[in-house]
Amino acid sequence: MENNRYKLNKELAQMLKGGVIMDVTTPEQAKIAEAAGACAVMALERIPADIRAAGGVSRMSDPKMIKGIMDAVSIPVMAKCRIGHFAEAQILQAIEIDYIDESEVLSPADDVYHINKRNFDVPFVCGAKDLGEALRRISEGASMIRTKGEPGTGDIVQAVRHMRMMNSEIRRLQSMDEDELYNAAKVLQVPFDLVQYVHENGRIPVVNFAAGGVATPADAALMMQLGAEGVFVGSGIFKSGNPEKRASAIVKAVTNYSDAKMIAELSEDLGEAMVGINENEISLLMAERGK
Amino acid sequence: MVIGVLALQGDFAEHKQKLAECGAECFEIRQLKDLERKFDGLILPGGESTVIGKLLREIDLFEPLKKKITDGLPVLATCAGMILLAKNIENDNTVHFGTMDITVKRNAFGRQLGSFHTSSEMKYIGEVPMTFIRAPYITECSGAEILAETDGKIVASKQGNQIALAFHPELDECIKIYEYFLSLCSDD
Repeated sequence: MENNRYKLNKELAQMLKGGVIMDVTTPEQAKIAEAAGACAVMALERIPADIRAAGGVSRMSDPKMIKGIMDAVSIPVMAKCRIGHFAEAQILQAIEIDYIDESEVLSPADDVYHINKRNFDVPFVCGAKDLGEALRRISEGASMIRTKGEPGTGDIVQAVRHMRMMNSEIRRLQSMDEDELYNAAKVLQVPFDLVQYVHENGRIPVVNFAAGGVATPADAALMMQLGAEGVFVGSGIFKSGNPEKRASAIVKAVTNYSDAKMIAELSEDLGEAMVGINENEISLLMAERGK
Repeated sequence: MVIGVLALQGDFAEHKQKLAECGAECFEIRQLKDLERKFDGLILPGGESTVIGKLLREIDLFEPLKKKITDGLPVLATCAGMILLAKNIENDNTVHFGTMDITVKRNAFGRQLGSFHTSSEMKYIGEVPMTFIRAPYITECSGAEILAETDGKIVASKQGNQIALAFHPELDECIKIYEYFLSLCSDD
């Protein structure tokens, strides 16, 4: 049996497309998320808004807590490790997690190197705020990309900025003459073959989700219309007044992201959205971690 | 010939790509008004069956699609799609369309580390590549015909015009399964 793990790992991300991946901290929340239509859950001890509030060093979650969530639901379970912390990633692989998020939400463990993700059998998703970051993570072995956004803020501005940046850089590569691609690879600091792939296909070679600051069905619809293939919702659900209803509304908004009439109905009576903080009110920009 | 592709969640775009390679026209089904268009076959894609099953009901597509399937509309269902068609799900109390007399087990090959690629002989079609992603398999096939097995597990079956596959032909280059499915759609 021939088995190309990397291909299989990219393919799992393809199955998640058009879906919503929700942050959960307990098996009960995981069940609520699954019932609300999450296509996967991200198991973590504290959601980004609380990580931000608590300060200090933020690490991989307790494996026991992650396993509790894996037992509670039938959908794929993801978990975060620190940037560059390959030992945390090895632990997550040992408990057979479905996807590892090498995440800037946690405190980086290595300020130079990301994890060599090609050494692993389990898939990795990584954050990116521009095409160069996305392609560098892919060359390190990431099989899925998400925008970094600004986690735990409920502020969509950074996710929008990152998605628009990637789109515009992709369009620029597409329009280039082949001779210009070598220099583009140099400027972007990425391997030539990935630049060539983007030039020919008009997209990155893995699935690309939106993440960081999604709080409402309208936010989700905005990111989908900007070209995201699905959405991560972190603090936006369980920091809101009515998590079940909001989660379910965001799931439907992602499926019918261009039907404004439906999204208008979905946006009614959702209770209080997470309060949120503006990007200029925060001192820590997580998106600046790990380039 | 026009094929409707259920596009609530999952890898429906890959199916559309394959249909285009076969020269078939297709469109996405995302809400009730999409069913106003006439179509000759239906694809239920891979994805998460919990999500697709829930959205089918909430977006009011469930009953009209179920009626079309029981009326004989040809269906090609892959992975999550197969779970939607099964009459019984071994490790889940939910039944979705339940239009095929098969019992399936979800995530039967394990978590993502258990995902694999292989190839196997398929009845009516011949040798085909098979990609299994957190895949289910069929544990009981009472009223349906077995089309393929791998490692002693039933991974493809057919009942009337319904074809259920535990794997993802939309992820491999071979289009033989689509050609066979399209031949069922043009019979009517």
